[in-house]
Amino acid sequence: MATDTKAEHEDLGFEDINKYDFRNEEKYIFKSRKGLDADIVSEISAMKKEPEWMRDFRLRSLDIFNSKPMPNWGGNINIDFQDIYYYIKPSDRQGHSWDDVPAEIKDTFDKLGIPEAEKKYLAGVKAQYESEVVYGSLQEDLEKQGVIFTDTDSAVREYPDLVQEYFAKVIPPEDNKFAALNSAVWSGGSFIYVPPGVKIEFPLQAYFRINAESMGQFERTLIIVDEGAQVHYVEGCTAPKYTTESLHSAVVEIMVKKGGRCRYTTIQNWANNIYNLVTKRAVAYRDATMEWVDGNLGSQLTMKYPAVYMMEPGARGEILSIAFANKGQHQDAGAKVVHAAPDTSSLIVSKSISRGGGRSSYRGLVKVEDGAKNSKSSVVCDALILDPISRSDTYPYIEVEEDEVTIGHEASVSRINEEQLFYLMSRGLSEPEASTMIVNGFVEPLVKELPMEYAVEMNRLIQLQMEGSVG
Amino acid sequence: MTETLKICDLHVSVEGKPILKGVNLTLNRGEVHALMGPNGSGKSTLGLALMGHPRYEVTSGSVELNGEDLLEMEVHERARAGLFMAFQRPMSIPGVKMADFLRHASTNVRNPDRKEGEDLIPMREFRKELKSKMDQLKMDTQFARRYVNEGFSGGEMKRAEILQLAMLRPKFAILDETDSGLDADAVRLASTSIAEIGGAEMGILIITHHERLLEHNRPDYTHVMLGGRIVETGGAELAAELHKEGYGRIRHEHPEAAAENESMEEETTASS
Repeated sequence: MATDTKAEHEDLGFEDINKYDFRNEEKYIFKSRKGLDADIVSEISAMKKEPEWMRDFRLRSLDIFNSKPMPNWGGNINIDFQDIYYYIKPSDRQGHSWDDVPAEIKDTFDKLGIPEAEKKYLAGVKAQYESEVVYGSLQEDLEKQGVIFTDTDSAVREYPDLVQEYFAKVIPPEDNKFAALNSAVWSGGSFIYVPPGVKIEFPLQAYFRINAESMGQFERTLIIVDEGAQVHYVEGCTAPKYTTESLHSAVVEIMVKKGGRCRYTTIQNWANNIYNLVTKRAVAYRDATMEWVDGNLGSQLTMKYPAVYMMEPGARGEILSIAFANKGQHQDAGAKVVHAAPDTSSLIVSKSISRGGGRSSYRGLVKVEDGAKNSKSSVVCDALILDPISRSDTYPYIEVEEDEVTIGHEASVSRINEEQLFYLMSRGLSEPEASTMIVNGFVEPLVKELPMEYAVEMNRLIQLQMEGSVG
Repeated sequence: MTETLKICDLHVSVEGKPILKGVNLTLNRGEVHALMGPNGSGKSTLGLALMGHPRYEVTSGSVELNGEDLLEMEVHERARAGLFMAFQRPMSIPGVKMADFLRHASTNVRNPDRKEGEDLIPMREFRKELKSKMDQLKMDTQFARRYVNEGFSGGEMKRAEILQLAMLRPKFAILDETDSGLDADAVRLASTSIAEIGGAEMGILIITHHERLLEHNRPDYTHVMLGGRIVETGGAELAAELHKEGYGRIRHEHPEAAAENESMEEETTASS
C-alpha cells in the first residue's frame, strides 16, 4: 500500500503533490513569440541549426496541420493555437554532469528526485525542461557497446543517417492533426538506438518538465531496438499549475526488430489544465515484443492510444494502462493493436478510475488483417467508478478480416462495494483509507508490472488523488 | 474496574423487517460467552449490528462499550475502541495483500487517533510480529503475500480471521461460526488457537452450533437465541446439552419465540 513505503518515498524525494506544483522564474536564452506560422517554424529550425531536409519537413508538416480538421471524437479540445509559446530554450548547452546544469533548473530536477534516482537504479537519464534537453547521461559500458541515448535534436546532427532512415516513418505527419503539429514544431525528446544483441538491464529514463505558462511541449522520441536487443525506457512528465492551458503533444515512434524487446513505461501526472494529446506507436517484427505500460493522471484532457503494429510472424504487443480521471478531467485513453502477420499475439489490459465528476473512456482498436492467420488478441478493460457524478465509457472497435483468429474481449464496470468497505472499516480503517486500499488493489495487477520505485510513486499518486488534495 | 460490553433491549431491523426484538447481554472482559440457537434466530444479526454494518438498523435499545455509546460510533471507531468480529463469510479484497491490510489494520487499532497517511508500524517490527503470530497459528508465511481472502478455501478464510484476531488483540471479540465449514481437526486447531492467542484476556462471544470450538474456550455462560431474543442463559452444561440434544426442548418451552423464529427462518431461506 502507498503509505507502507513512506520511507522509500522520502528517499526519492516523493513527499507530496505540491512538489510538482512549484515554478521557477523564467530565465531563458530564447523564447519564441506566441503563435504558429511558417516564420516561427523556420525560426525554430534555424535556432537548432538543422539541415535543410528537416526544415522542409517541418514546413510541410505545418501545411498538413493547417489543412487537417480537429478530431471530431474523443474529448473537447478548445485550444487557441495562436496563444501558445511553441519554443523556449532554457539553457545554451546540455550538461553531462548535474553541475553543468543551470542552478534553477537543477533545483527543479532535485525537487523531482531525478539525480537521486539516477544514482540508484537508472542506466541513463535525459531531463528536458521546456523545449530542450538540459541534462543527459548514459553508463559508460553501454556507450562502449554502441548504445545511443541522446536527445533527438543532437541525433539529427550527430547521427543523420540513422535519423533520416527512421524519423517519421512509423508516424508520418499525415497521421493526425497533432502528429502534424508535433512534426512542425518538435523539440527535444529521446533518441535511442540499441545495437543487435545488446540487452540493457536497468531502465533508461527521460523526464519532461513544463515550467512556463502557455507553453507547448512537443518532444519527439524515436527508439530503435535492433535484432535481439532489449531496452526498458521510462518516461515521467509533470508541470506546475497555471490559470491558462498548456499543451503537451508528443510523438513517440518505436521500431523493434527481429527478436528484440522493448518496454516503454510512462507515468504522467500533469496539472489539471494541460491538454495531453500524444501519438505513440511501435512496429514489431519477427518474434519481437513491444510492451507499453501507461499511467495517466492529471491533465484536463488526455487523448492517448499507444499502438503496436505486428508486421511479421511471432510478433507480440502488450498495452497495459491505468487512468485516473478526477474532477474536471477527461482521460480518453486506450490502445491499438494491428495484426498484420500470422502467429502474432496481443494483450490489452486497461484499468480506469473515475472520481469527483471525472470521466474516463477506454477507446481501443483490435485489427486483424487478411492472412494474419492464428492471431490471438485479448482485451480486458475494467472501470471503477467511485461516486455517482463520475463517468466511464468504453469504445472497443474490432476489425477482423481473417477467420482463423482468437479474439477475446472482457469489460467490467464496478463501484466500490459496500461489503468490502464495511469489512475493511471493521478492522479500523477509516472510510477514505479503505477506499484508497480498494482502489490500489484494483490497479495492483498493473502496478506490479512497474519497477519498484515507480510502483511506489504510482500508489502514492493514487492516494493523493483519493485524498482530494488535487483538483 | 471491569471492562464491559453492555447490550440493553436491542432491537434491530434489516430492510424494515425486525430481526432482533429486545436482546440483553452483558459481556465482561475475561469471560467467554457462547451464543447458540437455530438458523435465523438472529445470532449473526447481533454481531453485525454491534459491528455497525450499514444494512442493520438499530431501532431501539443501547450498547455501551466501557461506558461509551457504541452505537454512536462509526464502524472504524468501534474497531479502534476494541471491538472485533470474525465473519462467517469475510469479503475478498482483490489486489490487496494480507500483510499490507494487516499492517494498516494493526496500526489503526493500536493508535486509535491516527489520521490517514500518518506513519504505520515500522516494517521490520511489523514483519517480525506477523511472522511470530503466523508461526504460532501454524500458518505458512506465504499466506501474508496473498490477496485478502481472494481464492481462499473456507478453512483458509477462517484461519485468516483468527490471524486478524491475533494481530488486533481486541478487548471484545465476536466469533461468528468460526468453526463452520471446518473439519474436526481444523476446528480443534481453531479452538486451541483462540485460547493460545490470549482469548482468555478478551471478552469473547462465540456464535456456534457445536461444542467443539468451546473445547479450549470453556464458556462461562451459554445463551440461547430464538426468534430474535435470548430465551435462556446457562453455563457450559447448556452448550453441551444443545450440542447433543438440539433445540427441541427450547422450542417446546418457548413456543411463541419458536413460532417467530420459524417465520424468520422461512424469510431468510426465501431471500437467500
